[in-house]
Amino acid sequence: MTITAPELEIAVLVLGMALLLVEAFATKIDKRALAFVAIAGLTLVLVASFFAAPIESTKEVTGFWSFYTADRLSIFFKQFALVTTIVVLIMMIDYAPVLRSFFPAATPQAGVGEFLTLPILTCAGLMYLVSAVDFVFIFVSLELVTISFYVLVSFTRRNPITLEAGTKYFVISALSTAFLVYGIAWIFGVTGQTNLQRITDVIANPATNSSAALLGMVLVLAALGFKIAAVPFQIWVPDVYQGAPTPVTAYLSVGSKAAGFVVLLRVLQPFLPLPQMQRLIVVTALLTLIYGNLAALPQTNLKRLLAYSSIAHAGYLLVGVACFDISAIGYYLVAYLLMTLLSFAVLIIVAQQIGEQIADFDGLAKRSPFLAFAMLIGMISLAGVPFTAGFLGKFFIFYAAIAQHQTALVVTGVLTVGCGFYYYLKVVRSMYWEPATKTDKIPVNGLSRLTISALIIATIWLGVYPQPILNALKR
Amino acid sequence: MILVIIFCPIIAAILIMAGAPARKTALVTSILQLAAALFLLVSFDRGNHDFQYVSSFTISPEWHLSFTTGIDGLSLVMVLLAAIVTLAAVWFAGTVEKYENAFYACLLFISGGAIGAFASIDLFFFYAFHELALIPTFLLIGIWGTGNRVAAAWKITIYLAIGSFILLLGLILLYQSFPASVRSFDIRALKAAAALGLIGIDAQRHVYLILLIGFGILISLFPFHTWAPEAYASAPAPAAMLHAGVLKKFGLYGLLRLAVPLLPDGARHWADLLVALLLGNIIYVGLVTIAQKRLDWMLGYSSVMHMGYIFLGIASATILGTTGAIVLMFGHGLSIALLFGLAGEVRKRTGTLAFEDLSGLAKVMPFASLAFGFGAFAAIGLPGLTNFAGEIMIFFGAFKNGWEMDGFHIFQIATVLALWGVVISTLYMLRAYRKTFMGTISERWKGLVDLQLGLRLPITLLIGALLCYGFLPQSLVRMVTPAFHTYLGANKR
Repeated sequence: MTITAPELEIAVLVLGMALLLVEAFATKIDKRALAFVAIAGLTLVLVASFFAAPIESTKEVTGFWSFYTADRLSIFFKQFALVTTIVVLIMMIDYAPVLRSFFPAATPQAGVGEFLTLPILTCAGLMYLVSAVDFVFIFVSLELVTISFYVLVSFTRRNPITLEAGTKYFVISALSTAFLVYGIAWIFGVTGQTNLQRITDVIANPATNSSAALLGMVLVLAALGFKIAAVPFQIWVPDVYQGAPTPVTAYLSVGSKAAGFVVLLRVLQPFLPLPQMQRLIVVTALLTLIYGNLAALPQTNLKRLLAYSSIAHAGYLLVGVACFDISAIGYYLVAYLLMTLLSFAVLIIVAQQIGEQIADFDGLAKRSPFLAFAMLIGMISLAGVPFTAGFLGKFFIFYAAIAQHQTALVVTGVLTVGCGFYYYLKVVRSMYWEPATKTDKIPVNGLSRLTISALIIATIWLGVYPQPILNALKR
Repeated sequence: MILVIIFCPIIAAILIMAGAPARKTALVTSILQLAAALFLLVSFDRGNHDFQYVSSFTISPEWHLSFTTGIDGLSLVMVLLAAIVTLAAVWFAGTVEKYENAFYACLLFISGGAIGAFASIDLFFFYAFHELALIPTFLLIGIWGTGNRVAAAWKITIYLAIGSFILLLGLILLYQSFPASVRSFDIRALKAAAALGLIGIDAQRHVYLILLIGFGILISLFPFHTWAPEAYASAPAPAAMLHAGVLKKFGLYGLLRLAVPLLPDGARHWADLLVALLLGNIIYVGLVTIAQKRLDWMLGYSSVMHMGYIFLGIASATILGTTGAIVLMFGHGLSIALLFGLAGEVRKRTGTLAFEDLSGLAKVMPFASLAFGFGAFAAIGLPGLTNFAGEIMIFFGAFKNGWEMDGFHIFQIATVLALWGVVISTLYMLRAYRKTFMGTISERWKGLVDLQLGLRLPITLLIGALLCYGFLPQSLVRMVTPAFHTYLGANKR
């Protein structure tokens, strides 16, 4: 039996809805069991995805395949979304006790079920999004992702900080959606098409008025800028990241961002011949690099630090976008997935015991050498030390930028890497140098220990041997 | 054999982190390392000018990236230096009060990284192994340092991080300056392509400048030197020994391995700039060294100053001068490790290294004072010690290089000024020696004890190597020169 790509998403959607139904009618069970079922189901889909045959969409096709592609890139990012969701679900199991503290004691299980099943629906949205090659389909799948995030971000709504984060995220996302639709309308008005392949053909025709299409594209870029946290559309990021439940923050910073970049690459394709486009992206990348790295320097809250660091990494990724090097971006996103999820996984465990300030990590090396080592690997990979995936990601990005003679980007990139070393090593410093305030051990359950170990090994393995990812990204 | 020498310390470091007895494992590892290095030295085929003991694992065929290791005479000398200094540093470490396992693991990581960089034939791993030492250095200074350790740790880490990313840019540019068909990370392939003249003159100039800045930051070339004295003064003695003795040589090794052979036009073009900067190292930093009031700071500055001589040898681009640079790198690595180790012991006993507090320690610590004397004389460049052999070759090489050029040349001026540098280093070394070990001993130091027998072994090892190659520099020269003959001969204009 052969598996086609759309079946993967259907499987994920069915899984999500079935679990919601179980959640609604089976009131007696421990709701965390749902997460285990979800993880098992998603793992099955992940395994199946390796047998899915890529299908290239061409401009002749009509109907479903005219807005859906199953090329190798999209299958790769479907797997990416699945892995992210599985790790996030594992984090959520750890986070469930915190969730309970925000709900009335009379119904201790309230909310847990929805909290654990919504990411499955988000995952389906992300998987559709990376396959979308038509503006209409991009819009629909983006909404599927965003609407489930509205709920997830403000899930612990009794916490005022979360409430603020949820409201901010809602308002800003709605605004960006409006930008997106407006931009699509302009592009449609000029080209008469919503399929990206056909838009490419129309734009390539010299008779087309490209300036109106360019305006539409700038609006679309602004909308996507919100998703990937590019300056000047980054202002919501620190507050939302800090306020949202931590697993949701991790999900936002990895899943949502990766999907944003894949869409960005797809919608940029038709506009590549226009020279203004590249200049615009170079400027955005420069601003994002500088803002993200400088603003991260004084942070004292680790979640907020990771929020700014996510802006900074969006900057490096935008350097890759400016050079339009798909395999460099793909590799960087994989590295980013590993190291960010690793940091958040440790953060969730430590934050439950102590807190999420950097000072709360003081003396972690004494209290839990394992967690401290995991955080060390996460931080040095984010900073870009060789033999970690993060370094190779930066290496490929810089390689592409130098090959295209993007001097300003390269120089700024090197300086901001220097900043990065400071704020990431600040965490290392507090774990290893500072004396601990308490000395009791921090317990880590088996599943988390397994996940964190797997992430550490993957970070180092890909830092030494990148070939599997490069092969998967080769087209 | 080379893989053993690289991965022995790294595996030992992981074992130590996992709970193996720290000091014993580290000592056994570093003795094994030295034995392996000596075995390489003995079995090295001096008639063969190519890399030997080559082993290779393909990482990425499309990038022509593979994990290839091997040694020629140049890398063998550096590996030997690293093995000797590692053993001495581990021996000097003694018992550590907090996190003993992590301390030894960090030391071994630095050692493994340095040796890995020296023995890599692949550009990527050459770079990556050096960076492996960055985080251990940060932790060593931050956790176990003294004085203003926090500031020192930040300074060295951020300086070196930026320096190595500039270096990375240089390496990528170097890679891209070759035509796509011959691009490779293999240094041998690059060298063969460069010998055919495949890199344009403009490209050579740009790339050499970036490599010079990148390596220069790592070597503490004036004016990028400010991280070094503070870091060495604050670092625990074994870390300072390893970093100043071995790791800093990575940049010089990189210049000799990559920049000069692959980019001869670039090297010629920027020779004047390099000479001006290295005079900054010798004269300006030399004068600053005289003004120091603490032994550890003085040693830190002196190690920056001595880099100037080595740069002079490299800039001269003559066989005599570059060979002298290698000999001096070897000698300086040993002597500065010796001096930092002894200074660390003095600090352990007295709790201070300010000159005004110390005096007459020779009465209670005769062995240490004798050993320090050897180190100081080596640093000054007294005949019979390795540093002398290196310096004299550098001076002759550089002077001769200027002589062969028409008319007035900066190399002659630089050589004359650099010779004054010897006077400067005599001044500060002897002054430090007098203030620390000579004179009347104050009451509070009367109870000090001399170095115990165990510590005399590594000191004897270091001094022995200094004397051995001081009297027989020819055995080093014979190993190193063939590596230079192949490209310096070809690049003569």
